[in-house]
Amino acid sequence: MNSRRAAWLSGIAFAVVVAFILVAGGQKGLASPGGPSPTSIEVKIDNFTFAPGTLTIAAGTTVVWTNRDDVPHTVVSDDKTIFKSRALDTGEKFSYTFTKPGKYDYFCSVHPKMTAEVVVQ
Amino acid sequence: MSEYIQENFNPDGVDRRGFLKCMAWAGTGALCVLQGGVLKSYALSDVLRQKVGHLKGDLSFVQISDSHIGFNKDANPDVTATLREAIAKINALPTPPSFVLHTGDLTHLSKPEEFDTLAESLKSLKTDQIFYVPGEHDVLNDNGQMFHERFGRQGMGDGWYSFDQQGAHFIGLVNVLNLKAGGLGNLGSDQLEWLAKDVSQLKSSTPIVVFAHIPLWAVYPQWGWGTEDSEQALSYLKRFGSVTVLNGHIHQTMQKVEGNVTFHTATSTAFPQPQPGQADSPGPMKVPAEKLRGLLGITDVNFVRGKHTLGIVDSPLD
Repeated sequence: MNSRRAAWLSGIAFAVVVAFILVAGGQKGLASPGGPSPTSIEVKIDNFTFAPGTLTIAAGTTVVWTNRDDVPHTVVSDDKTIFKSRALDTGEKFSYTFTKPGKYDYFCSVHPKMTAEVVVQ
Repeated sequence: MSEYIQENFNPDGVDRRGFLKCMAWAGTGALCVLQGGVLKSYALSDVLRQKVGHLKGDLSFVQISDSHIGFNKDANPDVTATLREAIAKINALPTPPSFVLHTGDLTHLSKPEEFDTLAESLKSLKTDQIFYVPGEHDVLNDNGQMFHERFGRQGMGDGWYSFDQQGAHFIGLVNVLNLKAGGLGNLGSDQLEWLAKDVSQLKSSTPIVVFAHIPLWAVYPQWGWGTEDSEQALSYLKRFGSVTVLNGHIHQTMQKVEGNVTFHTATSTAFPQPQPGQADSPGPMKVPAEKLRGLLGITDVNFVRGKHTLGIVDSPLD
């Protein structure tokens, strides 16, 4: 293999890696202009905590919360009107699609010390 | 061996060592007696051996709490069975209670069938009356409507109420509704206004017993174990010689005395929760099956008129 061909191959490899990073980054909710935009992202409710506590997504993304605790939790926007789940028992999910950019603070109305935010870009 | 509080560096009648001793007995049976503003604590086994006569007062009632009917996870897969054991314990008390207070979280998920099971189970209580206040688990999806239809008294606003028994004034408060992001339990201005009016005509010598689900003192705000506007509520009760505040929510016994106010939290009949800050979260505490019943129980309260003495006995299920 000559050096030019090796350089070309490693260039391809680099591009593939970059593409993977873009896709993976997209799945974590990082904005990736030009990359495929994810449609759904999970927030875990575990040990009385929303994780991640701050989630940054592109407009149009659906966030799915899953309760993994032994006690019920809710997902309610601070103003209690934009979105509001019923009580989620263990394993139950709630989803909401964010269409407008902005910062959305929310909490668990059963355990109001549990707070988090979604940032829509 | 009886243990007395011997040191008190604060004028609140209780010292840290004594308070910790009192707390250490939680789950094994503790008796805390307030006499003339001084808290004395005894191990329950000593009380039973010595047959402390002065506990038989003018009024005796029992507090149970946090039945969480519907919960079925590892910490206690059969919460109905442990509730029935608590009821059997109440029915076996040497002095039958005048009534029973349930300080909330009757159910785990506010489901109709959970309320049914609780109501059906409590029918076997040998007492005329049961008074309830809701926990946050009883008002999950309907702002407490179902709870109030089935268990509420002719309450005001969101269901708060008061009644008189044997010369003592009982006040049931609701602090689990309209909770705000980042906040604690909440009474709200309407309820506070009602409370001020409710006690305004009472003589200062009237013994007051306040009961509500979430503690009305800052047990551990980091876990939401406190009530935003409880200080204002308590300010209306300052002139009274004897005030007892009974709460649930934290699934363990704790007691604190501040001036004429004795604060007490009851154990759950369903599952224990960790001591403040002793776990990552206040979620249900899993313990070996043989230890569970030692951490659940009932609270027996005896009041002796004229002595400003209130005996509070916590008894585990075994």
